Amino acid sequence: MTISRRGFITSTAAASAMAAPMLRAAGKPRVVVIGGGAGGATAARYIAKDSKGAIDVTLVEPTRSYYTCFFSNLYIGGFRSIDSIAHSYGTLASQYGINVVHDWAVGIDRDARTVILAGGAVLPYDRLVLSPGIDFVDGAVPGWDVTAQNKMPHAYKAGSQSELLAAQISAMPKGGVFALIAPPNPYRCPPGPYERVSMVAHKLRAENPTAKILVVDPKPKFSKQGLFEEGWQRHYGGMIERIGPDFGGDNVSVDPDAMTVSIDGSVEKVDACNVIPAMKAGRICDIAGITEGNWAPVSGHTMQSRLDENIHVLGDACAQGDMPKSGFSANSQAKVAAMAIRGALTGSKVFPAKFSNTCWSLIDTDDGVKVGASYQATDEKIAKVDGFVSQTGEDAALRKATYEESIGWYAGITADMFG
Amino acid sequence: MRHIVSKMIAVCGILWGITTVAAPFGDPDKGEVIFKKCISCHAVGTNARHKVGPQLNGIFGRKMGTADGYTRYSKGLIRAGRDGQIWDYDRLDAYLENPKSLVSDTRMNFRGIADENDRHHVIAYLRSFSDSPANIPEAAPTADAEEITLPANILSLIGDPEYGEYLGSECKTCHQENGADQGIPSITGWPERDFVIAMHAYKEKIRAHPVMQMMAGRLSNEEIAALAAYFAKK
Ligand SMILES: Cc1cc2nc3c(=O)[nH]c(=O)nc-3n(C[C@H](O)[C@H](O)[C@H](O)COP(=O)(O)OP(=O)(O)OC[C@H]3O[C@@H](n4cnc5c(N)ncnc54)[C@H](O)[C@@H]3O)c2cc1C
Repeated sequence: MTISRRGFITSTAAASAMAAPMLRAAGKPRVVVIGGGAGGATAARYIAKDSKGAIDVTLVEPTRSYYTCFFSNLYIGGFRSIDSIAHSYGTLASQYGINVVHDWAVGIDRDARTVILAGGAVLPYDRLVLSPGIDFVDGAVPGWDVTAQNKMPHAYKAGSQSELLAAQISAMPKGGVFALIAPPNPYRCPPGPYERVSMVAHKLRAENPTAKILVVDPKPKFSKQGLFEEGWQRHYGGMIERIGPDFGGDNVSVDPDAMTVSIDGSVEKVDACNVIPAMKAGRICDIAGITEGNWAPVSGHTMQSRLDENIHVLGDACAQGDMPKSGFSANSQAKVAAMAIRGALTGSKVFPAKFSNTCWSLIDTDDGVKVGASYQATDEKIAKVDGFVSQTGEDAALRKATYEESIGWYAGITADMFG
Repeated sequence: MRHIVSKMIAVCGILWGITTVAAPFGDPDKGEVIFKKCISCHAVGTNARHKVGPQLNGIFGRKMGTADGYTRYSKGLIRAGRDGQIWDYDRLDAYLENPKSLVSDTRMNFRGIADENDRHHVIAYLRSFSDSPANIPEAAPTADAEEITLPANILSLIGDPEYGEYLGSECKTCHQENGADQGIPSITGWPERDFVIAMHAYKEKIRAHPVMQMMAGRLSNEEIAALAAYFAKK
């Protein structure tokens, strides 16, 4: 398929040019949402719920079960079952009247305002919401590409990748080495790789206590660093070694067949390897022609693309300013977009955008920490207003309460996404 | 002061109870700390008034679903009272462990206290506010006094529920719309005044939670009133 700057699939140009005016004749405004994750599912639900049938909402998502990345580390640590992080789209369809289409969006014609699906269907829209999450930057970790993901999983999209990584860790020989290659900024879930290290250590301490964990990191600093390092020392003393850029952590390549990691030229044999490469907006954003660099810039007031006001981009894929790429952020942005879209299409009241985020991480049993902030939209970006972070040296009761709160948050956000 | 009796009972329990311990006695001081989970909905102590849930003075030995002047009981709780069930140690323990397992339609959206000892501490604490000739609560009230004194013009603001609905969407990332509590408490169906007071107490950092301090900290008086109006109707 050839795709032009505008995301026009030339082989079907004639078909979509014909289809567009024909299908938009009907009265109800139409919203198409691409991606049924933290951003997309929330946006679809809020638009459908709050417009009370006045807007026709179609959600395009290839998978029937969405495995949340959030709490997928807890699955690896043995705190959750894989089934407990799977969610279906049944309620969104049955209770909110959303047309859920299980297919890939493969093209976007911004002039005709249509989305082209892999199965050939063409969906017209008045507003399009893109929340496709992330893809990996080609060549970011030399030696690795997605065809190597079964040997060296990323487990940065949850589900079978998470299960594979957990199985490979369990299969490590006694005293073996687990390596995690951390990504450069910006990436999905800033504390995610470090929560993962904690959960892998928790698992290894029980299954394989003489094993070692090697974290190869291109970044000099990382999210909640003081809290993680304190926790690693306290719970997993001696098991975890982190190699930052000062020791060549930014010069890494892998050989998935040989199961080796080369750090600044010195080659290490490893028994399991989690490669989390540099990230960019989900590919469909490039196809739509709304990216600048790796991400799709948006206005914080409405989450509209800076390059096309009929498109709103949510979650990990957008470049918006100060918010971290998290499920909480995507959910928060979705509500602002939903309000703006309803305002534009049905004239409902529009209020000033408000955003917030809190990311909980689990370091060990009942040892939870969190970081969060609130944000507002300025003309330039989404700007941080206020924030907080857990402190080192907090007592066990507070850490346990923080963990319990994260369980409540998980139940809350998944109910908010899927109804 | 108010804990003396239950501590005495605890001691007696130890002296006599080697073979006959009926119910284990908790530590009311620990119970008071754990009871913080409950105070957004329940008051206990001198002048305690009904909030989202009934005030809990005299709960021990009271017929279920019969607190004077409280009108929000579920059918199941009222029926249990009519059937003559009373709040004794075992029932309180079962209810605190998992409210819905004892009274399936209860409106108490609390996921329960899993730890047996923690439940015993809370029950010991509540016990200290129950009628007993030797146990007249004299100490300072715990949760009944309002946490923060707000000027009348703030308390009398009429909130815009439509604005509250938009603002409230942000709350629902954590607080479930249907009021379920799986680790984060319910905020639906609160009396407006309680909601306004709680939010201002966070805003002024009198209540301790950092997420809530941050969320409340940037809300105007009108926005808090709007949220209270919206969630009161849920
Ligand atoms: C290990 C880990 C732990 C995390 N922990 C937390 C946490 O504790 N808290 C938190 O807030 N966040 C956490 N996150 C981050 C969070 O998962 C993401 O930020 C969030 O999922 C982003 O939402 P999104 O809507 O942008 O993308 P996603 O949730 O990834 O959803 C994108 C969806 O789009 C679909 N899609 C992609 N392309 C197309 C296409 N062309 N056509 C149709 N559909 C398409 C995909 O199938 C996917 O379902 C974590 C992430 C990881 C990896």
